[in-house]
Amino acid sequence: METNERFTKETWPAHPETATLEGKNKFLGFWLFLGGETILFATLFGTYLALRNSGPSGYEFTTQNLFDLKLVFAMTLLLLTSSLTSVYAIYHLRNYNFRGVQFWMAMTALLGTGFLMFELYEFVHYVKLGFTFGSSAFSSAFFTLVGTHGLHVAVGLVWVTLLILRNAKRGLNLYNAPKYYTFSLYWHFIDVVWVFIFTVVYLMGVIS
Amino acid sequence: MSTVAKTGFEKKGFGATLWDWMTTVDHKKIGIMYLLGGGFFFILGGIEALFIRWQLLKPQNDFVTAGTFNDLLTMHGTTMIFLAAMPMLFGFMNAIVPLQIGARDVAFPFLNSLGFWLFMLGGLFLNASWLFGQVPDAGWTSYASLSLASDGHGIDFYAIGLQIAGAGTLMAGINFLVTIINMRAPGMTYMRMPLFTWTTFIASAMILFAFPPLTVGLFFLTFDRMFGGAFFDPALGGNTIIWEHIFWIFGHPEVYILILPAFGIFSEIFATFSRKRLFGYASMVFATVLIGFLGFMVWAHHMFTVGLGPTANAIFAVATMAIAVPTGVKIFNWLLTIWGGSIKVTTPMLYALGFIPSFVMGGVTGVMQGSAPLDYQLHDSYFIVAHFHYVIVGGVVLGILAGTHYWWPKMFGTMLSETLGKITFFFFFVGFHMTFFIQHWLGFWGMPRRVWTYMDGQGWNVANAISTVGAISMGIGILVLIINAIMTTVKNEPVANDAWEDGRTLEWALPSPPPFYNFPQTPLVRGLDTVWIEKQEGNEKMYTPAEPLKDIHMPNGSILPFVMTLGLVIAGFGAMFRLEHTWGLPVLIGGIALVFLAMALRSVRDDHGFYVPKHLIAEDQQKYEEGGHR
Repeated sequence: METNERFTKETWPAHPETATLEGKNKFLGFWLFLGGETILFATLFGTYLALRNSGPSGYEFTTQNLFDLKLVFAMTLLLLTSSLTSVYAIYHLRNYNFRGVQFWMAMTALLGTGFLMFELYEFVHYVKLGFTFGSSAFSSAFFTLVGTHGLHVAVGLVWVTLLILRNAKRGLNLYNAPKYYTFSLYWHFIDVVWVFIFTVVYLMGVIS
Repeated sequence: MSTVAKTGFEKKGFGATLWDWMTTVDHKKIGIMYLLGGGFFFILGGIEALFIRWQLLKPQNDFVTAGTFNDLLTMHGTTMIFLAAMPMLFGFMNAIVPLQIGARDVAFPFLNSLGFWLFMLGGLFLNASWLFGQVPDAGWTSYASLSLASDGHGIDFYAIGLQIAGAGTLMAGINFLVTIINMRAPGMTYMRMPLFTWTTFIASAMILFAFPPLTVGLFFLTFDRMFGGAFFDPALGGNTIIWEHIFWIFGHPEVYILILPAFGIFSEIFATFSRKRLFGYASMVFATVLIGFLGFMVWAHHMFTVGLGPTANAIFAVATMAIAVPTGVKIFNWLLTIWGGSIKVTTPMLYALGFIPSFVMGGVTGVMQGSAPLDYQLHDSYFIVAHFHYVIVGGVVLGILAGTHYWWPKMFGTMLSETLGKITFFFFFVGFHMTFFIQHWLGFWGMPRRVWTYMDGQGWNVANAISTVGAISMGIGILVLIINAIMTTVKNEPVANDAWEDGRTLEWALPSPPPFYNFPQTPLVRGLDTVWIEKQEGNEKMYTPAEPLKDIHMPNGSILPFVMTLGLVIAGFGAMFRLEHTWGLPVLIGGIALVFLAMALRSVRDDHGFYVPKHLIAEDQQKYEEGGHR
C-alpha cells in the first residue's frame, strides 16, 4: 500500500499502524526498544533500592520525612489520565477521525505538561531543602531514577507536539499513522514506569 | 526540484562518491564501513598489545612508564572489545544477513547508518584521549574505586566515548532483530535460516538486554566524575560494588554477543567446505538460544573474590559450568559435520579447523575458573589473561579472520590470495598459541596480571620472552593480511556469484558484489541451504523468484546520522571541560541542541524513499548476464 495515498473512512485499514512494511517494522522495532528501556529502568530501580536512605553519617533526609504523597497522587492522576486520552486518540486513529486524533493527542500533551510542572516543583522544593543531587548516594539515585522518567516525559511532549503541528494540515495517511501509534506506545510505557516509581519510590518509601 | 526522478543508477564523480558513502543507508556499504572502521581499531589495539608485550619482554624493562602501561592495557582491552571485534562482526552481519534472508535492506536503513557513525565517532572520541595525553587507565572494566581516583580526563573519555559507541550498538541490535523477524523472504522459516543469521538474531537479542545496563552504569560514572554524583562514593553512602554488578551484567553477555556470531561464521564455513549439510542443525539452533539465555545468568563469576558469600558463589559457579553443555553440543556438531565430508582445506576452512582445539582449550580453562574455590587461586593472575585470550582470539578473532577470507569475494567482488591467506594463518595461529599458551603457566607460577614490570629471578623471564615473540608473529600475520588485501584490491580480478563454488546460502546466488537493490525479484526459499538445493537441481540462476519483476522501493540516503553523532561528540567535549573552562557548558548545550535539531528535522521531513523502475533493473540484470559490469 502507498504511504501517501488518500483514504476514506471505508478504505482505511483496520490497523493502519501495521498496514505497510515500514509500519510493521516500526511497530516491532519500537516494542523491542521498549524492552531495552525496561532493562534500563530496572537497572535504575535496582540501584535506587540499594542506595535508598543511604547518605553520609548524620544525613537528615529519609524517604519518610521527604516525600509528600498528596503531591505525588496529583501527579499520578494527571499522568494516568493522559494515558487514557492517548487511548482515545488511537481509537480515533483506527476510525479515520483526524480531528479526534489531534484533539486527544493535544489533551495528552497538556496533561503531560501538567505532570512535568509538578515534578519540576517537587525537584526545586527538594533542592531548596538541601536534598541536592550530590548530597548523598540516596539523592543521586533518586534524582537519576525519577529524573530519567521526567526526561522521558519531556521528550515525549516535544515528540507529540511536533507530530500534531507537522500533520495539522494533511490529515491521516499510512505514513504518519505508525508515528502516532508508536508515540502512544511510548506514552503508555512512561505511564507504566510511573506506576512503579509511585509504588517503589513513594509508597514503599513513606510506608516502610 | 529536478524533473528527472532518482533511479539509483546515476553516475558519480569523486566528491559525490564521498558524499554517497557519508550519507549511505545501503547495508552492503555500511557493512564495508564497519569492517574497515573495525579493522582500523583492530590494528590500533594490536599495536597497543605489541607495546605491552615489548615492555614485558624482560624483567625491569623501561620501554614505557608504569602510567603509560596502564593506559596501554586499558585502551587495548577497550578498543579490542568495543571498537574492533564487535564492529567487524557487525560488518559481516550488515553485509551478509539481509542477503541470507533474501531481504532488500535492513528494517531501519537510517538507524543503521546512525549506528555506524555512533560507533565510528564514539571510537575516535575515545582514542582522542591519546592526543590530549589523558588516557583511560583503570582497565577496560574501569572499576569505580579505581576510576573515581583517576586524575585527568582519561576516564571521562572512556565513559562518554563508550556511551556514544554503545548507543550505536543498541540500535544495530534492534535493527537486526526486526530485519530477521519481519523481512525474511517467502519460505524462509525460522528453522531454515542459515546459522549465521540465527546467531546474529540471538546476539542482537542479547545486545538489546545487555547494553541498557552499560548505558546506566556509564551514566552513573559520568555523574560521579563530572556532575557531583555520589553513586560510588562510600563517604556519601555510595557503593562501588554496584558498578561491578552493572558492568558484569552487561560484560558477561557481551562475550557471548561476540562469540555467537563467530560460531555462526564457522558453522557456515564447516558446512560449505565439508560440502555437507550442517550436522544437527536443530540442536545447533537450540544450543545458540540456550547459550544466549545462560549468558545472562553468570555475571557474578567475575566477582567470586568480592565476597558475595558461598551461596551466591555456588549458584553462579553451577550456572557457569552449565554453559559448557550447549557449547559442547556445538563442538561435536562441527566435528560431525566434517566427519565424512568432502573436505576442501581453503583459508577460511583452515581457520575453522584451527578454531576447534583453540576454543576448546579456552572453554576448559573457563570451567576451571567457574569453580569458585579454584578461582580464588587463579584470580588476577596470568592464567586469567591466557583464558580470555584463548576464547576471544581463539574464538572471535579467528572467526573474524575466517569471515574476512570467506566473504571478501561477496563484499568486494574479488578473491583474497589463498597463498598469502595461508601464510597469514600460519603466522597468526602459531603466534597466538606461542603468546598465550605459556601464560597459563605464568599464572600458575604466580605472575599477577596488569603489572607493569617484574623482578628478575622469579622464573618468569623465558616465558615472557616466548610470549612476546609470539605476539610479534601474530603481528606479522596481520601485516601479510593487509598486504594481501591491498594486492587483491589493486588487481581486482572479478569472481563469479558462487565464488567458492560450494556456497549453500542465498548470498552466493547474487553477483559479487551484489547490485544495490540485492535480488531483482524476491527469492523463494525451498529449504535449508536453498542455493545448494537449486544447484543440485541444475538451476543456474541458483534461486527461484517468488514474484514477478516490479519496481523496487529503496530508501534515500541522509547526512543526518552523521550530524546527530557529531552533535553528541561536541556535547561530550563540552561535558568534559565544563568544570575548568567557561565554554564547556555552552558547548555541551549546543551539542545536545544540534542532536535534537537533527532529530526534529528527521521527524518532520517526509522521507518516502524512491522507486527503481523495473525496465532499468531488467537492463542491469542483462548487463550482469553479458558480463558488462566489469
